[in-house]
Amino acid sequence: MNVKEALEIVSQTNPGMVRSHNEDSVAFDAEHGLVVLADGMGGYNAGEVASGIAVSVLASEVRHLLEHTSPADLGPTGEDVGVGVLRDNVKKANLSIFNAAQSQPQYAGMGTTIVTGLFYDDHVAVAHVGDSRMYRLRGEIFEPITRDHSLLQEQIDSGVISKELAKLSKNKNLVTRAVGIEADVVPELHIHAVEVGDIYLFCSDGLNDMVEDEDIGATLHMLQGNLALAATQLIEQANDNGGRDNVSVILVKVKSSYAVPKGFWVRFKSWFKN
Amino acid sequence: MPAKLILSMDGVVLKEYPLTKERTTIGRKPHNDIAIDNLAVSSEHAAVITILNDSFFEDLGSTNGSSVNGTPIQKHFLQNNDLIEIGKYKLKYLNDQPTQTTSADFEKTMVLRAPVRTATAPKLEETGRAEQLDTSRTAHESTSQFNVTSTRVDVPIAAPVGAPAVQIAVIQILNGPNLGKELELSKNLTTLGKPGVQVAVLARRPHGFFITHVEGEKFPLVNGDSIGEQPRQLKDHDIVELAGVKMEFYLKA
Repeated sequence: MNVKEALEIVSQTNPGMVRSHNEDSVAFDAEHGLVVLADGMGGYNAGEVASGIAVSVLASEVRHLLEHTSPADLGPTGEDVGVGVLRDNVKKANLSIFNAAQSQPQYAGMGTTIVTGLFYDDHVAVAHVGDSRMYRLRGEIFEPITRDHSLLQEQIDSGVISKELAKLSKNKNLVTRAVGIEADVVPELHIHAVEVGDIYLFCSDGLNDMVEDEDIGATLHMLQGNLALAATQLIEQANDNGGRDNVSVILVKVKSSYAVPKGFWVRFKSWFKN
Repeated sequence: MPAKLILSMDGVVLKEYPLTKERTTIGRKPHNDIAIDNLAVSSEHAAVITILNDSFFEDLGSTNGSSVNGTPIQKHFLQNNDLIEIGKYKLKYLNDQPTQTTSADFEKTMVLRAPVRTATAPKLEETGRAEQLDTSRTAHESTSQFNVTSTRVDVPIAAPVGAPAVQIAVIQILNGPNLGKELELSKNLTTLGKPGVQVAVLARRPHGFFITHVEGEKFPLVNGDSIGEQPRQLKDHDIVELAGVKMEFYLKA
């Protein structure tokens, strides 16, 4: 089964209750199993510009590259094409934003976080920079899969501060990596096997700062039969709790397996097709 | 405004110390940033480590110890208005930085250009097909109430900070084998119905309770009217009907 039929994807974004601008950008491409979410930062409307560039570079470039190749093939460097595509294009987006910020004074210092997933061959490749997250609901277990690039996460990792105390910290929202701030960026990349029934949540910190992980998980678990309603409920909960930041969510439900057929004959035939 | 410590003894303020350094030392010897010339104070008694807007107090193995807010401690994550006691001396910690809950402006995400701590340099990226380990598994209990047979009473969730007290609402079954059973709507979301047949969700929000269709061919009925795809706010004593079960929604006094 192809990725488009195997996945159900919905996305929603909302400025929240306090901000006048929405600096988040989201996009997905069901055809190629790609989702992108970016949370921009920078004065005036520069945040929107940064996250907008990131999302459009990823969406258009990945689509273009995957017209001719399968993300499950091995690339020239020995890793999956899918992984290479994500890394190269996060770097490409980084350079576009960095150059725009350098050349136009009103965009100086703009940047964005990003989390992007490419679903192929019963796996999902995830690249992220900053504190936008991917979570997974598998059965009863809801857990974060990405680890924030933030000062607080580093402090938790190094044992300076416990997870519980971290909630009291005044150093929230300080990211240690972002797209577009420097000439190069190193996205963190992982590949995870997916199972039928999994639900993946990509979100900006406007969700997980306002709603406890436990409540997000419970909502997804309860409303897994209606993904669009689940997305609406998550945004409503963030806004009911204060909605102090823009809130964006993308939900991906795995309805069936989408493994790439691996037989010799299949490959042979597809080779002739091109 | 950096956070600061205010030194006092017997209610008399002696001096104010802004926490501008990463490490501020407290002790009897004069080389300490906060020198307290008193024999009950060890020569290097304690230190306050400040990382941007957060400060941590640490006793350095002093002879007479330190306490914060009356509790003896080794290490403590300082919060605004904490009172540190060293012998007869008191140090009040003041950090009136706007917190997450008071200033929208402050919460804007910012980038730290240089790693603050060299020990926590960014990890090398990994691309192996390995599951990332995460210790923070958040298993959650199943909150679905299928057919509303459960009468489990949950401890009400603490209301969000600043929110008015949440009203307690109850759903009572009016027909079928569960006649008379009551379900307290103590969670933010409660699902009703049979999965695969007809499910609706009841959302508790600051301004009331709302019922929304989740799945199934038929929509729930409220007082005999189909609610369609849209959420419907429930009023006291509304009659809800779904999957053949009638129930009454009411607010507890």
